[in-house]
Amino acid sequence: MSQNTGTPLNILVLVKHVPDVQFERHLTSPGQRLDRSDSVLSELDEYAIEAALALSESRGGEKAGNTVTAMTMGPDAAANAVKKSLQMGAAAGVHICDPALAGSDAGATSLVLATAIKQLGGFDVVLTGMASTDAETSLVPAQLAERLGLAQLTNLSKLEIAPGTTTVTGLRVGEDGVQSLEAALPVLVSVTDQANEPRYPNFRGILAAKKKKITTLTLAELGLAEGAVGAAGSATRVLSAAPRPPRAAGQVITDSGEAGIALVDFLADAKLI
Amino acid sequence: MSNILVYIHAPAGAPTKGQRELLALAARLGEASAVLGGPADAAALSGLASAGATGFYAAAGGLDATGLIAPAVSLLEAAVRASGATAVLLPNTVEGREIAARAAVRLDAGVITDAIDVDADFTVTKPVLAGSYTVKAQATRGPALITLKANSVELREAAPAAGAAAPVHELELGEAGPAARITATAEHTATGRPELSEARFVVAGGRGVDGDFGPVEDLADALGAAVGASRAATDAGWIDHSAQVGQTGTTVSPQLYISAGISGAIQQKAGMQTAKTIIAINKDPDAPVFEIADLGIVGDLAQVLPQAAAEIRRRKG
Repeated sequence: MSQNTGTPLNILVLVKHVPDVQFERHLTSPGQRLDRSDSVLSELDEYAIEAALALSESRGGEKAGNTVTAMTMGPDAAANAVKKSLQMGAAAGVHICDPALAGSDAGATSLVLATAIKQLGGFDVVLTGMASTDAETSLVPAQLAERLGLAQLTNLSKLEIAPGTTTVTGLRVGEDGVQSLEAALPVLVSVTDQANEPRYPNFRGILAAKKKKITTLTLAELGLAEGAVGAAGSATRVLSAAPRPPRAAGQVITDSGEAGIALVDFLADAKLI
Repeated sequence: MSNILVYIHAPAGAPTKGQRELLALAARLGEASAVLGGPADAAALSGLASAGATGFYAAAGGLDATGLIAPAVSLLEAAVRASGATAVLLPNTVEGREIAARAAVRLDAGVITDAIDVDADFTVTKPVLAGSYTVKAQATRGPALITLKANSVELREAAPAAGAAAPVHELELGEAGPAARITATAEHTATGRPELSEARFVVAGGRGVDGDFGPVEDLADALGAAVGASRAATDAGWIDHSAQVGQTGTTVSPQLYISAGISGAIQQKAGMQTAKTIIAINKDPDAPVFEIADLGIVGDLAQVLPQAAAEIRRRKG
């Protein structure tokens, strides 16, 4: 190595295969579970993958011994989220796949992921997106930090590990303002869509990904009982779901010079002013 | 009666609207106590008491303000154990969700985010899939940890201060565990406008403002509204990212949402469709936003918004 890039990092990035937000999404009955056909890598996870690759590259990349591993949990098709991560540049993939996992809430999901992360071991940075674009709860990153006993640097719009150091710094836009954060490795990090500009997989990346390995893990291999996950292991349950009644389109007018007045008349009629 | 805890992130002289909503909901569900996530003086305690708090939990010796999230998680965990609370209500903010998330692991409890209502049996109503479904859900183990969206609870006029006689229970906290240190905080610049997530009225601009948020801000100020923006507008750098409404920004459910120059793609609708009344202004008569607007105006926002702002000011005299 020609530059002082510090000890190499093992980075784990968590990705999720979710229904494409560009189309209408549906809950199925019974069970009110999400229809997962037409799924893609969650857009918000692309920022996490980019952050992982950029961190690795800032320390000399794979040549210098840095690794980026992409992990997902979900049914067979979820492997596609890992494949896309490999095409973008991750070196290896892990897919936790077991029929008993269906219906897991955030708490059960974080238990499975934390168990796998501990079993694989040796990660300096666990990276996630700011939320999944399906459940949108943002609970899993904080729960992983809790279960793994890691400092959390979540919702970061900027992330850095200064060359040659093991101190992670970042910026977080919170309720109180923009916070500057600092923690020593190992850490859990989540990044927002402001953190970077994710790369597109290029042709070489797509070809290279075909040779990369995706390890599949089952519940038994993780040493978890079926009752600890899925609907049984979850501490929340959905009782019912109803599609939101479609908003009826109201009146549409074309401005012929007085539409601003019409707008105010509408507000006055609705007693909003 | 059930003990209900409310997590108050930053106690201040007068409780915020969001804090008053949390306390009003808690008082409806049981005996409400506030967990103080920061230093609270006599005025703050009295303000929280008048909003419904009948007791307080605080960290003995004060909460470590430089540790991110973890100290607050320890306080909340201790307060739940000390009070035997049936439910905990927190704000549906980044902080509120994360504190609930971690406390749930320690307490083996269920968390439900994005609540807009909670029944007497702690059944929670929440929108999912960007507002396209409404779900009822319950926590099945431990105290129910619920994060409540702003503008979900109707507030009556504040009752006269019940006095600061409500007791403050000081809790000894153990080691918080590894936490990131907050080394500096740059406060958001005050705009004089209402907080976007809590605002009753929102005026939002998109690609159609073409770089000039002046007309949007002008109408917002005439109405006393918050200013919002689509991702296209924040990505273009026309306005700060904190104004972004929608899937990756602030979710809002105001009484009135005025959308100007926003076409209404699915992700943009996500940010607005739980608003009670929607008015849309767009040049394109085929913009999808007109499908969900109560009033649609096909026209130039640079003409319509200033005219509306002037008319509101004229009528207000």
